[in-house]
Amino acid sequence: MLAFLARRVLIAIPTIILISVFVFALQKLLPGDPLLVLAGEERDPEVLEFLREKYRLNDPIPVQYLAWIGNALQGDLGVSLRTNQPVTELIAQKLPVTIQLAVMSLIFALVIGIPAGILSAVRKGTVTDYIANVVALSGLSIPNFWLGIMLILLVSVKWQLLPASGYVPLSEDFWQSIKTMLMPAFVLGTALAATLMRHTRSAMLGVLSADYVRTARAKGLSERVVILKHALRNALTPIVTLTALLFGELIAGAVLTEQIFTIPGFGKLVVDAVFNRDYAVVQGIVLVTAVGFIFMNLLADALYVVLNPRLREQ
Amino acid sequence: MTRSELQAEAAASGVPGSGQAAEILRLDRLSLRFRGQRADVVSDVSLRVSAGEILCIVGESGCGKSVTAMAVMGLLPENATQISSGTLHFDGETVDLRRARLPAHLRGNRIAMIFQEPMTSLNPAFTIGDQIAETVLRHRGGSRAEALDRACEMLEKVGIPSPRQRLREYPHQLSGGMRQRVMIAMALANDPQILIADEPTTALDVTIQAQILDLIRGLRRETGMGTIMITHDLGVVGEIADSVAVMYGGQVVEQGPVADVFDNPQHPYTIGLMSAVPRLDSPGGRLAIVPGTVPTIDAMPEGCRFRTRCAFATPGCARRPALADLGGGHLVACHHAPLETNVSVRA
Repeated sequence: MLAFLARRVLIAIPTIILISVFVFALQKLLPGDPLLVLAGEERDPEVLEFLREKYRLNDPIPVQYLAWIGNALQGDLGVSLRTNQPVTELIAQKLPVTIQLAVMSLIFALVIGIPAGILSAVRKGTVTDYIANVVALSGLSIPNFWLGIMLILLVSVKWQLLPASGYVPLSEDFWQSIKTMLMPAFVLGTALAATLMRHTRSAMLGVLSADYVRTARAKGLSERVVILKHALRNALTPIVTLTALLFGELIAGAVLTEQIFTIPGFGKLVVDAVFNRDYAVVQGIVLVTAVGFIFMNLLADALYVVLNPRLREQ
Repeated sequence: MTRSELQAEAAASGVPGSGQAAEILRLDRLSLRFRGQRADVVSDVSLRVSAGEILCIVGESGCGKSVTAMAVMGLLPENATQISSGTLHFDGETVDLRRARLPAHLRGNRIAMIFQEPMTSLNPAFTIGDQIAETVLRHRGGSRAEALDRACEMLEKVGIPSPRQRLREYPHQLSGGMRQRVMIAMALANDPQILIADEPTTALDVTIQAQILDLIRGLRRETGMGTIMITHDLGVVGEIADSVAVMYGGQVVEQGPVADVFDNPQHPYTIGLMSAVPRLDSPGGRLAIVPGTVPTIDAMPEGCRFRTRCAFATPGCARRPALADLGGGHLVACHHAPLETNVSVRA
């Protein structure tokens, strides 16, 4: 079991290195010169040269990479070319916002998606199944920004139940923070719930016809135990994988939703950085997001071992 | 061992033939079809099992033998099955199968079942101990520790070495034969009065097959439970059965004590089946086969369902023959029964 996990961690290391190289190279390949932005309208060649020296842009690219990755390993992702703020600090500011949004969205997705998937698998071919599928398809088809705007119109403007936008840190006012984040999390969560529901349904349909489910019924167990214990336990593997991937996606930020609800998260940060050709910030965010993704995958691998006894003894 | 010796053994061990001892389970006139089909997959099937009796249901694939067993257990999918008649009498209870299933408190408790696929019938995500203890807890209650003790006891009973250790193991750590033993241990954990075994040895190799049959025979003697064994293997029937029901096309065509049916088969289909078994004592010659193939359920002929393949068929066979007693509980559903004793199938 430990060997299995150790192998996964070892595989993750070259992946991270490769990603860091790509992230770095991509920036170099992009057209446009950040210094032109930095130096302003009236450029003095001497200033440009000074800036090139300052940001070590005259060094050979591999040297630049090694310097960058060396600093990154020490938690220094450079400074924003625009605001001169350290990138690490920027990320540290935005990450809690994004994680809170991601966790709350995922809770919505899991609480809606999994039960709906189970129900529609168990009631396959019935009205319940049909309705669940139609709702899921609508969930997938309705654009997040539209749903967000509609919710703001109804819940905030018309009924005045929840704040329309903004962000309150958890540490400042816990309930207010949750309340402010409720609508954006719902918007993101329902879209993911649809995906999760479809996958749960097909995984459950796969195991419901398994011989061990028939055995469980032959033991006289209640239908609830048969489905929620014997079947669901074996259907969880694809659900866990999907959940990990969805969480990774959420960490990368949800630009439109953040924009609509004016949440100062990762999505907004990265879009601003890209438009401003703020290399250091883009690199930092992409690196952190990629590492987050890999970490979520590792977590999913660890959960497989818990779920599947066959993996334990290798 | 010859059949008469077997019969003698059965008599000596107090195992009844059909008809004498306390009846535990009786199935009356079960007819059912799956949604969308035009004929019954099980048609008017009646069975009875007494304490300590082993009843074998034989027939080719698709003859309805497994479906009959699943219907008794209440394991058929409710929304895809139409049961048009059938009553189950069990231990003083009467279940009208048209309206209700075998109550869950009896399933896995008073009536238990094992299946053909030992490799996939255990849940891969739970330990052997958990899976056996679960059925004990479900029907007997008590503590988990007690249930695990019972599981351990059962594993020992079915001949699994170092049972304490096995409790913590997962199905994938056991061989097919061991898994079938675990299934049997699980099925018998609550001392059922009836064990339904659906081709329990088909997926196993021959030596393991013999061990499992020995085990079932031994447990039957020990506990006095009645057994319904479903098989297509006449060798298994000869080895283990007290009585036998031969099914064809969803109907019982011949039924009775194994000695009567084997030594004096009266239905043309049974005769065909018997002569399709290779025998060591009559070498040479080709095995007789039943000509043609089983029609699909939607293409079953009216009346006697075997008549399109039967060497003795006459126009009268378009009427459905009743199961008639030839004496001694030997029932045959054929208009021509009893066949002349000198009739034999051309080999």
